[in-house]
Amino acid sequence: MSATNIDDPRVIEFDVRTDEMLINMGPQHPSTHGVLRLALRTDGEIVSDLEPHIGYLHRCAEKIGENLTARQFVPYTDRMDYLAAMNMNLGWALTIEKLLDHDVPEKGRHLRVLICELNRVASHLVAMGTYGLDLGAFSPFLYAFREREKILDLFEKTCGARLTYSYIAPGGATADLPSGWTAECSEFINQFKKVIPEFHTLLTTNAIFIARTAGIGVLSPRMAIDYGCTGPVLRGSGVYHDLRFHGEERYTELYDGYEFDVICADSETGKYPDSHQEVYQDGLEYPDVPADAILGDCWHRFYVRMLEVVQSVRLIEQSIAKYDACSGSHGEPIKLTQKLPVGEAYLETEAPRGQMGFYVVSDGQSKPWRVRARSSCFSNLYVTAPLCRGVLLADVPAVVGSLDVVMGEIDR
Amino acid sequence: MSEIALLTQLKDKFGDGVVAVELDAIDAWVEVTASALVGVCEFLRDVKDYHFDMCNCITAIDYLHTDPKKAEKVDWAPHIELVYHLSSIATKLTLVIKVKIPRWKDEAAQQLPEIPSVAGVWTTAIWHEREVYDLSGVNFIGHPELKRILCPDDWEGYPLRKDYEMPLGYHGMRGR
Amino acid sequence: MAEFFNEYIFGDGPWSWLGHVVAALIACILVIHVVAVGAMGFIWLERKVAGRIQDRLGPTRVGGKFGWLQTLADGIKLIAKEDFTPDVADRFLFKIAPYVAFAASFSAFIALPFADGVVANHVNTAVFFVLAVLGLEVFGVILAGYGSGSKWSLFGAMREAAQVVSYEVPLGMCVVVPVFLCGTMNLTTIGNMQEGFITNWLVFNDPFTFVIAIVYFTCATASVNRAPFDLAEAESELVAGFHTEYSGLRWSLFFMAEYGSMFLVSGLAVILFFGGSNGPIPVGDWMAKLLGGVDGSIGANLPSLGAITVGVIGVANFILKGVIGVVVMIWIRWTFPRLRIDQVMSMCLKYCVPIAAFCFIGAVGWEVLDLPTPSKLDGKSRYEYHEKWSQEYLETQLQTKPAENDTHAHQAIPAEATVTTVAVSQSDLEVHGGEQ
Repeated sequence: MSATNIDDPRVIEFDVRTDEMLINMGPQHPSTHGVLRLALRTDGEIVSDLEPHIGYLHRCAEKIGENLTARQFVPYTDRMDYLAAMNMNLGWALTIEKLLDHDVPEKGRHLRVLICELNRVASHLVAMGTYGLDLGAFSPFLYAFREREKILDLFEKTCGARLTYSYIAPGGATADLPSGWTAECSEFINQFKKVIPEFHTLLTTNAIFIARTAGIGVLSPRMAIDYGCTGPVLRGSGVYHDLRFHGEERYTELYDGYEFDVICADSETGKYPDSHQEVYQDGLEYPDVPADAILGDCWHRFYVRMLEVVQSVRLIEQSIAKYDACSGSHGEPIKLTQKLPVGEAYLETEAPRGQMGFYVVSDGQSKPWRVRARSSCFSNLYVTAPLCRGVLLADVPAVVGSLDVVMGEIDR
Repeated sequence: MSEIALLTQLKDKFGDGVVAVELDAIDAWVEVTASALVGVCEFLRDVKDYHFDMCNCITAIDYLHTDPKKAEKVDWAPHIELVYHLSSIATKLTLVIKVKIPRWKDEAAQQLPEIPSVAGVWTTAIWHEREVYDLSGVNFIGHPELKRILCPDDWEGYPLRKDYEMPLGYHGMRGR
Repeated sequence: MAEFFNEYIFGDGPWSWLGHVVAALIACILVIHVVAVGAMGFIWLERKVAGRIQDRLGPTRVGGKFGWLQTLADGIKLIAKEDFTPDVADRFLFKIAPYVAFAASFSAFIALPFADGVVANHVNTAVFFVLAVLGLEVFGVILAGYGSGSKWSLFGAMREAAQVVSYEVPLGMCVVVPVFLCGTMNLTTIGNMQEGFITNWLVFNDPFTFVIAIVYFTCATASVNRAPFDLAEAESELVAGFHTEYSGLRWSLFFMAEYGSMFLVSGLAVILFFGGSNGPIPVGDWMAKLLGGVDGSIGANLPSLGAITVGVIGVANFILKGVIGVVVMIWIRWTFPRLRIDQVMSMCLKYCVPIAAFCFIGAVGWEVLDLPTPSKLDGKSRYEYHEKWSQEYLETQLQTKPAENDTHAHQAIPAEATVTTVAVSQSDLEVHGGEQ
């Protein structure tokens, strides 16, 4: 029926029985998050096999990194996971600081926590909004973006950019926060706390949403670890692992003195930690887990992200207080042509989508010998193939959306 | 980190397979031979107190100076180094494994260097090794589906190698 | 209308057929206006309502502050687009599909009465006709899906066929309840039988009918492929489903068909359950009495001012209520996520059908056992109202000279006339006779 030239070697990877259909979802498709091609083999509505094809956004940032100094490479990290660019900047900055054994002053530390957690909220808002869009709920997308606009306005005041910030540089940040910024941020947070229950009503506890996501794409903890899944995908399967608590010292000391929970279902009771209830008497309660939801399914991954937003709000409030109480430098960035010592350093940070790692090998010059970015979504995406075998076609966007992939990070 | 105990176990079990150990580096690493790699990885994954069940990253570093003057100044011969970053979810420990392999199995015939694949140890390695094959040109023996992942399937050359030159054109599009 | 033309223009001789043709043409043009202009209005309404739900304004530039003419501008743009068919498409089927869908949607309006007597064609079995023709719309969708030569379109068409055909079962069951309660399939009669105060509306007749109205609305949303049942055109999964390959005027025809069908099922709900062209208080009746003339009959040769007023108010009522139904559909679309095809099917077979069947038995039982209903509050039985537009009724009115007094007209209806138009069991007649 279709005009595919069967002899074209670029087309068709696997042979097909006559009653099966080969369908391409993407690379241009409204619901694959970015340029992703999913080759599906379907029997009617049931998907029998799925193969993701990536590389449409491959810009070989790793090769480019061999020709740029450490500070010059910062904008390239922005463009990897462009929805959480601050976290990408942070990962690169911490790796270079690890290599240089350079410490950032206290004020810079709180600034970094504040900015990165704010970006985590923005990133999870996009994840939630577009997930609703994939499933046909059009309105939560706009509500999420309305809130995200306010966050982006705040970011624009700090560094002038709305998406690709290049703000957190090795050594600190490119500029301090403008005066009055923390007050505006507090105002936003206070207003945002009232909006969070709206999202729960529209999506988390909506019967149709639960019917579409509960019990779909169940990822067992063993498989998650074996496939290298990290972040909300891993915690949604019940594995208690968050680099902000369990990572390297250089990263965990960033969060010294902060109180927040790791969002992961308790292995015995199945309940999610909500110690924030003692702090916020007035709300931000977690909605109940529905009976249909199995630990490790799409609903739980979505739920973990929603709860992480609450924890991030808590962190932002604490960091605003700590930042305002600090004085001194925010951390001057290193010199543009700073020579890196001989050696190598690898550091992973807890980005909104998972564990993002940067690996730098240096031979003593100002330009690294090798730069490697370990993308969280790269491993997360691979798990789509076993998860989507045997599901209906309409469940494929549900699974892919719950993994929350950004192609810029996968392809680099 | 109780690396000493672990390294003792490794040396006892694999003897010559463990080539070198560097504990003073920023990230402590263990260098093993290519033939011992799979055994070491399986041991690390299953060993009781360490249980390195997650393979975070597989990287290939091409050590080659195309400029002969710079090549004289360094003390290493051209080779490719494969770096495996591992971590344990249960014990929260991390470890780095390194393997040095030659740059070509047979340079005249342009045959890629070989190394056994750890795809059987950690499933995530399937895609990481595909990326290493695609960008650095390393042949993984025993890999279930070794094909390019980021570059197009008919791309020629291995971009992350130091002596790589961008092709003049690709399907009519100008390269350089 | 045909008689009007024949009497005054064409005469009763060899040219009398022209009167019918002209009348039919005028009726068609009016109905096309309803469908096309209505679609234009509904698309604008949808964009505005969707915008407001999403915390933004809808169109605000074309045609003044509220963007009234936005849809017209979009229509002009669509007409001006390049008209191409895909290489692998089956040309004939590809081209004919939008017309089939549009024709099905449009034809159903022929039997839909906008007020007592304001209908393109008086069809005695209007309910049956409308449901049957509405089901033809799925042909257009299947032709589009298959003829496009694209797998995505085929998926959309397959899903749509399964969905629409399955939902016709509970839809039919829901529709049978008002038919049973009124004893006729004639939509005009059903509408007239709900005359009077709001308590006469069939939805308030008994609790089972209330539930049936809700189930009807759900099944109607499913059969016109609106969210949450819109997987045939599910944007995020299938790009655009069965109309992926369509652009320009062909695509806009699909959408006119969709909005036309939306208004149709909404209008059908209004007539069957929510009083038809009658408002909550019988203003029309009072105005007709004030302005004189036969009570609300427009089928007469020269309609009186009272009749015209009643007609206009009736049409306005109907359109208003129909639009409210469409707004509810729009509201639901922009609030809920989409259901998966197997969930849609299970909802139909496991929920809608049993509930509809149970409520059907309940409603029938309520009527047979003659349990109290709000419609009997004013002492009159529903069966005393019937087609006031028909010539026979008019003649009976003129024979008994009801001139000024309406209440006399009701009492003067001979029992025989009731029997000819109302098909109820003998026991029912006796029951009602006992009450009088």
